[in-house]
Amino acid sequence: MVRHTLAVLVENNPGVLARVAGLFGRRGFNIESLAVGQTENPAVSRMTIVVEGDQRVLEQVVKQLRKLVEVLKVQDVTKEEHVDRELVLIKVNAEPAKRAEIIQIVEIFRAHIVDIGRKNLIVEVTGDEGKVNALENALKPFGIRELVRTGKVAMLRGAKEITASEGNSQEERSFPFER
Amino acid sequence: MKKISGGEILVRSLKKEGVEVIFGYPGGAVLPIYDALHDAEIRHILMRHEQAAAHAADGYARATGRPGVCMATSGPGATNLVTGIATAFMDSSPVVAITGQVPTAMIGRDSFQEADITGITLPITKHNYLVKDVRELARTVREAFYIATTGRPGPVLIDIPRDVSGGKAAYTDPGPVDLPGYKPVLDPDDAAVLAAAQLIAGARRPVIYAGGGVVISGAHEELRQLAELIMSPVTTTLMGIGGFPGNHPLSLGMLGMHGTRYANYAVCECDVLIAIGARFDDRVTGKVESFAPEAKIVHIDIDKAEFAKNVRVDVAVRGDVRRVLKRLLAVLKGAAHPAWLEKVDTWKKEYPLEFGENGLKPQFIIRELDRVTQGKARITTEVGQNQMWAAQFFTFTRPRSFISSGGLGTMGFGFPAALGVQVACPDETVFDIAGDGSIQMNIQELATAVSNDLPVNVAIMDNGFLGMVRQWQELFYKRRYSHTELYGPDFVKVAEAYGAEGIRVTEPVGVSAALEQAIASPKPVFIDFIIEREENVMPMVPPGESIDKMLG
Ligand SMILES: Cc1ncc(C[n+]2csc(CCOP(=O)(O)OP(=O)(O)O)c2C)c(N)n1
Ligand SMILES: [Mg+2]
Repeated sequence: MVRHTLAVLVENNPGVLARVAGLFGRRGFNIESLAVGQTENPAVSRMTIVVEGDQRVLEQVVKQLRKLVEVLKVQDVTKEEHVDRELVLIKVNAEPAKRAEIIQIVEIFRAHIVDIGRKNLIVEVTGDEGKVNALENALKPFGIRELVRTGKVAMLRGAKEITASEGNSQEERSFPFER
Repeated sequence: MKKISGGEILVRSLKKEGVEVIFGYPGGAVLPIYDALHDAEIRHILMRHEQAAAHAADGYARATGRPGVCMATSGPGATNLVTGIATAFMDSSPVVAITGQVPTAMIGRDSFQEADITGITLPITKHNYLVKDVRELARTVREAFYIATTGRPGPVLIDIPRDVSGGKAAYTDPGPVDLPGYKPVLDPDDAAVLAAAQLIAGARRPVIYAGGGVVISGAHEELRQLAELIMSPVTTTLMGIGGFPGNHPLSLGMLGMHGTRYANYAVCECDVLIAIGARFDDRVTGKVESFAPEAKIVHIDIDKAEFAKNVRVDVAVRGDVRRVLKRLLAVLKGAAHPAWLEKVDTWKKEYPLEFGENGLKPQFIIRELDRVTQGKARITTEVGQNQMWAAQFFTFTRPRSFISSGGLGTMGFGFPAALGVQVACPDETVFDIAGDGSIQMNIQELATAVSNDLPVNVAIMDNGFLGMVRQWQELFYKRRYSHTELYGPDFVKVAEAYGAEGIRVTEPVGVSAALEQAIASPKPVFIDFIIEREENVMPMVPPGESIDKMLG
C-alpha cells in the first residue's frame, strides 16, 4: 500500500467530478481527500486527490482517468519535489482558564484563532500533514468539538508546472515500455 | 438564418454523420424528435423493446464498422437501453444512443419518467452528454460520433431534454472536432516497434494471440501477412474470430476456457506471445500466474490502459493495430520454425474438436450450417453453449462475420443484433445461433423482423435447459440442476403467430433441408432444433485452472 497525491486537470463541466470520483470507487479505491477548484484558466479545474492503495491498481486508475474525455492531465506528484498544504479548522473547548495555554500552542504552530465563543475557539491552521497532525494532537487534551479539513492541495517546486496548455497532455511521452 | 427545431437539428446532424438508419422506440420525451423523423430521409426501425434497439444498433455497427444509432424516450425507455449499451461498451462497439429527457426545468425533481441516464451510464459509456441548450446540439452530435468511432471505439449517449429538442435555433455546421482531452494516438512509437520486432525476430516458438482489435481496425490482411512472414501460429479470442481465416494452416482456432487444446498448449509452450488487439480477459488466460509461463509478451493495442492490466508485458506497442502491423511488416524479416510448427500440427491431429455420433448434435448442426452456406453467412449468437459451439464449429474466414456478446455475455443479444446485421447487409444470409433460454429474452423482435421484411434465420439449439449453467452444475455442483431446466413455448407456433416461418427438426437427417428451406425463405425463420439435452461444450478449462488443464 502506497500513498499517492494526484493532480488532475479537468474541463470545468458539470458532472466531471462524478466521472473522476466514480472511477476510484469502482476500482475499490478509497479517496482520502479531494480538493477541487478553478485554476488560472477558468475553463479548467484542478483536483488534488490523495489515495492509498496497491501500486498496480493505482496505475490502472491513472490510465483509466486519462481516458476520460474531460480529463486534460493526470500527474502523480508524489514522485516529484512538491509542496503540499491543507487548511484545517478546529473548534476546541476553551474555558477561560485554559485560553492562555491554547493561545500559546496556536502561536507555536503559527496558526490563527478566527473565532472566539463563550466556551470555545476556532483555530485555523495551514500546513502539511505533519504540522496539522501535531497541532491536532496538541489540542486534543482540551477537547476537540469539531474538525474540518479542506483536503490537500499540491504544487511542484521550482520551474516545473502542471498546466493543461502543453499540447496533448493526455500523454506521458517517452513511454514505449511497460515495466 | 432560419430557425428550426432541436429535433430537426438532430436529424440534420445525424444525416451529416452519414446515418442511414435508427433503431428506436418513441415516447413523450422524444416527441419533437419523432416529429422531425416523420418526413426525414432517415430510415427508422421500430423495435419492440429498447434493449433490442441497442443490440440492433450494435449488430449494425459490428457488421459494418460504422456507428449504429439507437433511440429511446426518457425514464424506462432510457433504462431499457442500459444492457445494450453495456454490451457495446465491453466489446468496444461504436454505438450512439440518443435518449429523451424531461424538460430542463423539470430535471432533478423526480418528474414523470425522469431517470438520470447520464449518471446511470457513466461507467458503461465511453462518454456521455446531457444537452442543455439547443444551440449546443449540433456540436454535441458531431463530438459524440467522433468519440464513438475513433481510438478504441465505444458507445456514447446523448441525453436531450424535451425543451431542447422542442426548442428552436439556426443550424450551423459545427466544424471539425477539437477536444483537448481526447486525442487518440494511432501511430506507434518507433522505438517500441523496433523493440517488438527484435523480440519477435528472436522467437523460436512464437504464437500470435489476436483479439477484437484486429477486426475493429481492419487489420485482418496485415495479420495474415505477419503470420505468414514469421511463420507463427495464430489463435484468436472470441472477439477476434474472423480476424484470421479459420481454414488457414496456421490457424489454431480459439483459445481459453472453451478454446482448442492445441491453441492452449501452444500458448503454454510458446517463447514469444504476440498479443494483438486483445485484453487478456480471464476467460482467455485462466489462472493468470501460469498463462504463457515461458513467454516474453509483446502487446499491441490502441488503449494504453490495457498494458499490464492483467498480465505482465515485456514490450508494449501502442497504436492502431493495423498501423502497427504495417510498421512491423516493414522491419521484420521472414522466419521459419519447422520443429515448432510440426509440434503444433501434431497437437492439432491428436486433439481435434470432436463430438459424438448419437442423436441430434448441436455441433453437427453448426457444421452443416457452415457447409450449406459455404461459410459465407453472417452469424450472430446468443450466450451459453450455443455461442461456444458456434465459435468452435463454424469456420469463419471473414472479419465481421461472427458477431457475439463477448465481454458482457448478454443473453438476448443475438436475435436483435441479427436484425441490425440484416439491415446493414440486406443481400446476405444472416443466422442467429440461439439457445432456447436466450431467444426468449428478446423473442418479441419477431414482430420487428416480420414487419420490416428482415429475413433473419434463428437456429435454436433447443436443449430444454439453460445449458451452460446446467453444464457447470453437472461438473462442479454434483448434477444438482437447480432452476436450469427450462420450459419453453412451441417455437414453431410462436414464429407462425408472428407471421414468420417455423420449422422443427428432431433428427440429423432433417438438418440440411431445414437450413436450406430457411435460407430460401423470404420470411424470418425459426428453426427449433431439438438437440441432445445434456450435451456439453468441450474441451473446458475449469474456472481458476491453467489453460492447459482441460477437461473433455
Ligand atoms: C442476461 C443474462 N442472464 C443470465 C446469464 C447467465 N447465463 C449464461 S449462459 C446461460 C444459459 C443460456 O441458456 P440457453 O440460451 O438455453 O443456451 P444454452 O447454454 O442452453 O445453449 C445463462 C442463464 C447471462 N449470460 N445473461
Ligand atoms: Mg438451452
